[in-house]
Order: sequence, then structure tokens, then C-alpha cells
Amino acid sequence: MTITYREALRQGLYEALEKDERAFLMGEDVGKYGGTYAVSKGMLEKFGPERVRDAPLSELGFVGAGVGAALGGMKPIVEVMTVNFIMLALDQIVNTAAMLRHMSGGQFSVPLVVRTSSGAGRQLAAQHSQAFEAWFAHVPGLRVVAAATVDDARGLLGAALAQDDPVVLFEYPALFEMKGEIAEKSVDLRSSKIRRQGGRVTLVTYGACLPKALKAAEEIDAEVIDLRSLRPLDMQPILESLRKTRRAVVVDEGWKTCSLAAEIVARIMEQGFYDLDAPVARVCREEVPIPYARHLEEAALPQVDKIVAAAKGLFA
Amino acid sequence: MSAPPLGHPAPPPPAGRVALARDESLRLLADMVRVRRMEEKCAELYGAGKIRGFLHLYIGEEAVAAGAMRALEPQDNVVATYREHGHALLRGVPMRAIMAEMYGKREGCSHGRGGSMHLFDAKTRFYGGNAIVAGGLPLAVGLALSKKMQKQSAVTACFFGEGAVAEGAFHESMNLAQLWRLPVAFFCENNLYAMGSDIDRTEAQTDLCLKAAGYGMTTLRVDGMDVAAVRDMSAKACSHVRAGNGPVFVEFRTYRYRPHSMFDPDLYRDKREIEQWKTRGPIHTFSARLKAQADLTEDAFLEIDRAAMQEVDEAVAFAEAGSWEPVGDLTRDVYTS
Repeated sequence: MTITYREALRQGLYEALEKDERAFLMGEDVGKYGGTYAVSKGMLEKFGPERVRDAPLSELGFVGAGVGAALGGMKPIVEVMTVNFIMLALDQIVNTAAMLRHMSGGQFSVPLVVRTSSGAGRQLAAQHSQAFEAWFAHVPGLRVVAAATVDDARGLLGAALAQDDPVVLFEYPALFEMKGEIAEKSVDLRSSKIRRQGGRVTLVTYGACLPKALKAAEEIDAEVIDLRSLRPLDMQPILESLRKTRRAVVVDEGWKTCSLAAEIVARIMEQGFYDLDAPVARVCREEVPIPYARHLEEAALPQVDKIVAAAKGLFA
Repeated sequence: MSAPPLGHPAPPPPAGRVALARDESLRLLADMVRVRRMEEKCAELYGAGKIRGFLHLYIGEEAVAAGAMRALEPQDNVVATYREHGHALLRGVPMRAIMAEMYGKREGCSHGRGGSMHLFDAKTRFYGGNAIVAGGLPLAVGLALSKKMQKQSAVTACFFGEGAVAEGAFHESMNLAQLWRLPVAFFCENNLYAMGSDIDRTEAQTDLCLKAAGYGMTTLRVDGMDVAAVRDMSAKACSHVRAGNGPVFVEFRTYRYRPHSMFDPDLYRDKREIEQWKTRGPIHTFSARLKAQADLTEDAFLEIDRAAMQEVDEAVAFAEAGSWEPVGDLTRDVYTS
């Protein structure tokens, strides 16, 4: 069956709430409004205000409440409307959720899922176009996942709720209208995935850049790997692909400096250096706040032509 | 030239008859003495290099934890701050597990991973030990939310200092707790100084109860140097919460005798102010009242003190004899699997 990414998110959420009565959704405008992106539309009526809980504009407060509710035996799904606002809640995610298990000597786990949306491309300008996946991927104790396909949009939430560590789940408004076939019953939270077979070059990416990488791949016979799990990183498929292609381009919507792309490149240097025939290239967000004007925004982001050019550059 | 007036003169010491059963009074007294002796030993061990990191002592404030803990039941949750040794002990975490934690030993209540600021204990529902000012408040809100959703009758007691009221997390937590009528008791230990910052230098509104009342919350205020009054007010607060009336905010007016931490030269307070507050210390004023009503003899007091010191000695011996976790285990307990 072909559905949109938005509908897939909705199905995943609906199934999660239906499956486990400990699960509940909490966030800004998730209930009466129906979700900023209409993902939770109709769920207030179905599950009631206790389990589809509208929260005030208090990101730090309600994310922290999610941590506490997780400690108290619930399975909170906390929605932070966009990653742009998540900085207000960083303390609770990083200093509390991620550290708690370790600093309590393994006594307390935090089975919390924080869902948020990330990325640029809709002319929303600097403060509504951030991509901070790498910030979270930096932190031991967190699991960080990015849903780049319809399958993952539906399946990652359930996979996240099935384990006991705090998970930050990134969703991508740029992909909401993307259509796809639901192919997998369940998805693996911890593995990266080859999305296209190819022989000449390996493209490594995640999130909203995946469709761009797939399009570029058609021009350059590329193998495309979707990281999916941003922490911990699953390097095995990447290293195996490199043994075949001997060249790689990392495509990352975040800024290049201190990016996930930087980490991938470093790991390839540590673990796959002798398989390379060329330096690894990166296509990232330009080092500028995202501008409003469409042509400037497009120029600031990874695009198909940039990916193709970077890949071809490896053969120069 | 006369000395300048004190910024925060101590109010008159608690006086009058203690209207508690004798056993209860002696329990409160013993609890305060146990915390005092443990903290004094910690200071000594810090000087000897046995305890490292940051160390925040509760000396002077013992009446708050001693009185408040008596209002809690086993199913209740406790969330505390980095000045939490006394709370952990009086919640029921064994002193030896606390001491071993400060030594960084595997036998510590957080297996040596937490230290002084991160005491945790699942068995007594002691959720830390949070070293971010106001960091525990949203967590307490969430714990209370879980109990409410599970229809369990449990109070979540959240201890924090008055410094926390300047944080956004405090205000967001007040609003959420009251909005959702959650079973939380916010126990604010107002010792008048946020590290080196006098409350008058940092708060536009120094009436802390007014802040909570602004969210529609029930507020109570009590002399935090009077353990009997603390006990009664905490019981009243917890009854309010247990009866399903939503959260409560209690301000305990107290004072810390020691610097903020072992690194603090304590240059921001008048020494006379500290000395004046010491004259109304929670332990000696309470024991004097008990003696005056023949509930306590000097011998009985000395026996309480002797037992506390013995408990401390045993805790130190336990910590000394504890083991170091192998470095090979370094990365455990980051993820559950």
C-alpha cells in the first residue's frame, strides 16, 4: 500500500498508543489542534486528554516531565514541535535523560521518546530551519534516529518504545508529502541501511537528504546508505560498501563544522583508510544561518547537483 | 563606628513546649544528629583527600530533611539537589552506602558513578542527587504525572533551594503541576544564599510563596530551624497532596552554616550573621526544649550522639574497605543493552 510519510508517522503513533497503555503523547498542540503537522489528528478523540496531552509552551518543563514520567513507569512520547525549540529543553535531555542511568549506577533507566522535526527547505529562515541532529549524536546515553523513508516514519517510533533508553527521533517536514510503499513490518532502530545498490561511489546520508542522494545516485551509479541510527553509528555497511566502491561522499544537512559528516569521515579514516582511492568528500549545509530568499536557501543546502559534482570530483 | 546591620538577622530561636510524643521527638533529634555527624565527617574526609569533587554540606539545615521525611511514606518519591546527603540518609539510604559513594567505591549507592552530588537509590525511591539547579523540578512533575496516570496514591517530594526559583524550570514546573493538579510537594529550602548571591541581590520578589501562589498553588511557610514545626507543616502539606488537592509549595526558612561548597571562601556573608544563626541551631534549640519538658536528659542526648558517631565510624570503615570498580567496566550503564 502506498501512503505518505505523514500518514506513516500517524500510523506509527496510533499503533504505539493502541499497543501499550503506558504510552502517551505530550507536547504543544498535539491534542485539540491535531498536531502541528496533523500527525496526531483525531487522536485526542480516540485516546482522550490524559494520553494525548496538550502542554503549554514549556519545552524544558514538559520534556523534563517526560523524563520523570518515564522514571515513574510510563512510556512517554514527548513531541517538541521542531528542533529549533529543542534547545530550550536541552538541559533535561542531556543532563538528565542521557546521564541518569550512568550516574545512578544503572539503577534508573529513562524509556523516553522525544519526537521532533528537523531541517530546512521551506523558506522559514534562520530560526526555523535548524538541523541539530549532531548535537544529540554527541551525547552518550542517548539513542538518536532519523526517519528518512515511509517505512521508518511508521516503524521507528515503535522500535524506540520497545527499548529502555532515551531516544531522540527526528522527523522531516520536507518529506511529509513523500509517498512510498510500506514494505517492512518492523524496523531496526540500531542499524544503517543500504537504500540503493551501486558500484562507483558510496553516498552516506540521513534524513531529508536521502531523496536527494538517491536522485544523484542515478547519475553516478552510487550506492546509497541511510544512517538511520545517528547514535550509535552502525559503520559496518559503510565499510563494506567502501571495499567495493573505494570512494565516498557524505551528505549531511547540518553545518559541516563538527558535523555528523565529520564523524563519519573520521571513522572511515580510522577503519577504512586503506580501502580508499580518493579522499572522502562532504556535501553539507553552508556555514551560514539559513536565509529566507528561496534562491539563497537553496544555495545553502545540499542539492542533487552538488552531490553529483562532489562524487565526480573523486575521479578527477 | 558601629558595625553595619546584618543582611539577614536570625529570627528568635524556637521556644515553648514541643507538642509531640516523646519517641517522635527523640527520633527527630537523632535524625538531625546523624546528619550533622555524617556531614562533619565528610568535611574531615574531604580535608584528608578521601572525598573529592564538589561537596555541599547540609550543616545548619538538618531540621528540614528530618522533619519533612517524617511526612513521607514508602510509596512516595523523593527528588533532591546536590546538597542531598541528609535527604538520602533520612529517606533510608544506608549511611555506609552514602559514604562509600563519596569515596567513589563500587559499594556506593550509585556504584561510585555519582559521588556526593548524585546519590540515587531505587529501593527507597530516591531519584537523586541533581547537580543542575532546578533540574529536579520537571522530573518531579513527571514522576507525579506518572503516579496520577497510574491512579496510584503517592506524593513526590521535591527538595530545592531558593536559588532555583530564578530558573525557568521552576516556573514551568509550577505551572505544569498546578495546571494538571499533580501530587507534588515542592519543598523549598530557603537558606538565603544561592552560592554567594544573597536573595536580595537576585530576586525582584523575595516572598517565595507569592511566586507559587501566582500559579494558584497552595503555599505554606515555616521556620526551617524548628524541626517540630517542619514536621507538622510537612505533614499538613503531604495530607493536602494525598487528598487529591494537587500540588503544594512549602518554604522552609533556614540557613547553612558552612560555605556553599568546600571551594567557597565564604566572603559574601557577615561572620556575625553566621554566628547569630548558629545561636538558634536546630539541634541545640530542640534538645534544650526537650530537656525543659523532661523529654530528654543530658545522658540520653549523649547516647544519641554516641550512636550517631558509631554509625559514622562504621560507614567510614565500610567505605574504606570497599572496592574500586575495574576500569574495564568503564562504559557500563550508559545504555540498558
